[in-house]
Amino acid sequence: MTALTDLTLVEARDGLDRKSFSAKELTEAHIRAVEAIRPLNAFITETPDKALAMAVESDARLARGEGGALEGLPLGIKDLFCTRDVLTTAGSHILDGFRPPYESTVTTKLWAAGGVCLGKLNMDEFAMGSSNMTSYYGPVENPWRRDGDNRPLVPGGSSGGSAAAVAAHAVLAATGTDTGGSIRQPAGFCGIVGIKPTYGRCSRWGIIAFASSLDQAGPMTRTVRDAALMLTVMAGHDPKDSTSATLAVPDFQAALTGDVRGLRVGIPREYRIDGMPAEIDALWQQGIDWLKAAGAEPVEISLPMTPHALATYYIIAPAEASANLARYDGVRFGLRVDGKSLDEMYENTRAAGFGAEVKRRVMIGTYVLSAGYYDAYYIKAQRVRALIAQDFDRAFETVDCILTPTAPSAAFALGEKMDDPLAMYLNDVFTVPVNLAGLPGISVPAGLSADGLPLGLQVIGRAFDEATVFRVAGVLEQAAGFTARPRPNGMAPLTKSAAQGAL
Amino acid sequence: MTIDTVTDSSLLLEGKTGAWELIVGLEVHAQIISKSKLFSGAAADFGAEPNSQVSPVDAGFPGMLPVINEVCVEQAVRTGLGLEAEIHRVSMFDRKNYFYADLPNGYQISQFKDPIVGKGRLVLDMPDGSSRTVGITRLHLEQDAGKSLHDQHPTMTFVDLNRAGVPLMEIVSEPDLRSAEEAGAYLKKLRSILRYLGSCDGNMEEGSMRCDCNVSVRRVGAPLGTRCEIKNVNSIRYVMQSIEVEAYRQIEILEGGGTIKQETRLYDPGRGVTRSMRSKEEAHDYRYFPDPDLLPLVLEDGFVERIRQSLPELPDAKKTRFIADYKLSPYDAGVLVAEQASAEYFESVARGRDAKLAANWVMGDLFGVLNRLGLSIDRSPISAAALGGLIDLIADQTISGKIAKDVFAAMVETGRDAASLVEERGLRQVTDGGAIEQAIDGVLAAHGDKVAEFRSGKDKLFGFFVGQVMKATEGKANPALLNDLLRRKLAG
Repeated sequence: MTALTDLTLVEARDGLDRKSFSAKELTEAHIRAVEAIRPLNAFITETPDKALAMAVESDARLARGEGGALEGLPLGIKDLFCTRDVLTTAGSHILDGFRPPYESTVTTKLWAAGGVCLGKLNMDEFAMGSSNMTSYYGPVENPWRRDGDNRPLVPGGSSGGSAAAVAAHAVLAATGTDTGGSIRQPAGFCGIVGIKPTYGRCSRWGIIAFASSLDQAGPMTRTVRDAALMLTVMAGHDPKDSTSATLAVPDFQAALTGDVRGLRVGIPREYRIDGMPAEIDALWQQGIDWLKAAGAEPVEISLPMTPHALATYYIIAPAEASANLARYDGVRFGLRVDGKSLDEMYENTRAAGFGAEVKRRVMIGTYVLSAGYYDAYYIKAQRVRALIAQDFDRAFETVDCILTPTAPSAAFALGEKMDDPLAMYLNDVFTVPVNLAGLPGISVPAGLSADGLPLGLQVIGRAFDEATVFRVAGVLEQAAGFTARPRPNGMAPLTKSAAQGAL
Repeated sequence: MTIDTVTDSSLLLEGKTGAWELIVGLEVHAQIISKSKLFSGAAADFGAEPNSQVSPVDAGFPGMLPVINEVCVEQAVRTGLGLEAEIHRVSMFDRKNYFYADLPNGYQISQFKDPIVGKGRLVLDMPDGSSRTVGITRLHLEQDAGKSLHDQHPTMTFVDLNRAGVPLMEIVSEPDLRSAEEAGAYLKKLRSILRYLGSCDGNMEEGSMRCDCNVSVRRVGAPLGTRCEIKNVNSIRYVMQSIEVEAYRQIEILEGGGTIKQETRLYDPGRGVTRSMRSKEEAHDYRYFPDPDLLPLVLEDGFVERIRQSLPELPDAKKTRFIADYKLSPYDAGVLVAEQASAEYFESVARGRDAKLAANWVMGDLFGVLNRLGLSIDRSPISAAALGGLIDLIADQTISGKIAKDVFAAMVETGRDAASLVEERGLRQVTDGGAIEQAIDGVLAAHGDKVAEFRSGKDKLFGFFVGQVMKATEGKANPALLNDLLRRKLAG
């Protein structure tokens, strides 16, 4: 029998229905797995007691035939989602001891569907980072290692804990959030599936804000079907979030027809950037070929504003963040470092409570909104943002989706690029434009780099057309047959063929 | 910006070296009447236990999001329409960023660039009965901050967040006001309109209406001077005082060869001075930008139209109608329409009666009593119907106007109606010519010497005789009849 932790979300749900195992057994297996991966530092807070209690309730509901769509399925939650009475930190020292008196809309939906909470996952502080190196709770290690090189690697970020926990089979699936690539890039680095839905698809209520006009929650899973199942539960209009869409949520699993015949797939010329590793380029070409073989039609397109996307993002996101993070002032919750005056208390608290990357972005954001600079930076960035969205609108007049690499490299070593923020920011070059345009984008593991690390391909869709994104992603997943697994603790990595043989 | 020069020289301020023109613009923060806050469901009542009306949204907790309260939008549109202003179909909410302990989010949600209401107007009713139109620049929605309590503990400041998120309308006037008196008239009129509309209760003492005054002076016709802003003045009297005090402070500096520093000042009513709060250099850079948590506020035509249809008759229209229908003077009409309840009271008294008489009774005796008892007209001890009853007794000559004053006082005291008091106390006036004649004869007989004096030309004694006859009839003689008969007898 397959280990319970090797099941997909959908398989596990079926197994519970067939009574092959109980939710309690499934949960216990995952609690052990969570303990086993502690060296990865993927969790900030483990909630095994809560998980078991929820599993027992799930078993009761299953016995009554009342099981929900995620009944009894153990999940990990990025620590950016507020969870009632459970420590919620956003990866920051400044939220020390913060136990929200409320539950985010997305997690409320997950629990209402029967999901089981295994704990809160590590992340870059306030979701600011592409490596999970900025967490106050320490870096997360990627379960993968390079062939013949035992140096620990980053899982990507900011949803690094989520990606690592899913890839290491400690959770069946996890929530992530994505402001500039924070679901897709770590999914790519850890060889899992991650989708950032259309802005407005999932409620932001109860998710600690980084950049409000860009933040979006999404699932991180091991298969495309699992992501479709989980997003169907997470999505939906929420009157408590004025920016959440009033559209009905389709059953995304129904989109997984495997049929992409006649679909026009845009290949943006501007994404062939200088210095991109040949193997990324080759993987991209491989993706194009797979879709072509499945009957889709690749179409070269132009997204001319692409070179301006990162600069635009690094004005808008910090600007919003500088205001969103003003509430962490030591007055009402979290860390307080006293001072002789109110201003001194603010300074002491924020100096001690925020890490370097957060401070950098708060300062950039404050600067670009300042009198005299506002028009040159913020207003201009908003204009460019509109042009970037317009690029996509034009492209979608002729194509049904767009295929790109997820990131310009595979996972890098822990500590690399930390002294060069610009190189770090470049990680998001393919994902950031999607957030700026508010579109859905998915990362699917599609192959391994020469040194044995997973690489992802990204499918971008029209606004609220996650269905097409899932359909294309499903075909890529099928064609790639990605079954490689990170090696268990310190063992030699499994080769692709060896991994296949093992299953 | 060019601003018209004052044409009325009585509005000029005299300095040591000549006349100065005063330029004033007001920013009024009016708390919207609404059950809940601007962006949360928490209650917005005055005077509740500290921190008892605070939702996680108001307290700026992580992950909380604002949702606009539609009632507040409706109130802002209603007020905009009442000020004959442009209603903007699309407006935006912005974040105004600054740090303070009672500002939980570190920013206030306001409307900076694109307010919900644009240019409008307001007509001032001046005490001399004249009127002047003042421009309204804009009206926008914003949330209030909480309250810092510095006097609860020797070393600590307490924070009450009940007010945090309370809905406000900021109503900004053009710099069209030319005197402290006009500023007072502006506030009275604005308050009156807000109360008519039911969009703000206008209670300055409870802080539901606060005023910032922008004050500058210049030589007549000269370019605009540097202005100072007096923050958070909380009564109409203080607004008028502070403007006057600030104007003379500026004049003194200018006449002494100094220059005015643009700054924010506070009025100290105890000492009658304004004091510097912060200079322009210390002014916050609020770093306004559109709040990404809120979509642009889009108003449907039907929404605005529905509100327009539901507007009450407003003071200006009512005043015009009172002047036309009841032949009242502009001043009387202005006084009566200032409060909706007074206008309604007056109309029910005046309906089918002598309107001038009704106006005199309402504005004179009734307002006098209310003032003395410290009551609002809604709690008047004499109902409109009862006062109407009293006036009816005067009209049908049951009692004289003079006796009516006594009846009125008795009505206030007993709460009873005029007719029964008149009957019980035998106050019905004497209209029987014979009885009056008899009384006159008695008086003339008793004062033969005075009669002779009168007949030899001492006309003034006529009043003496009237008084004596009134006394003899216990004041109940019909005055007109008495005069008539007395004159004839004396001419005798």
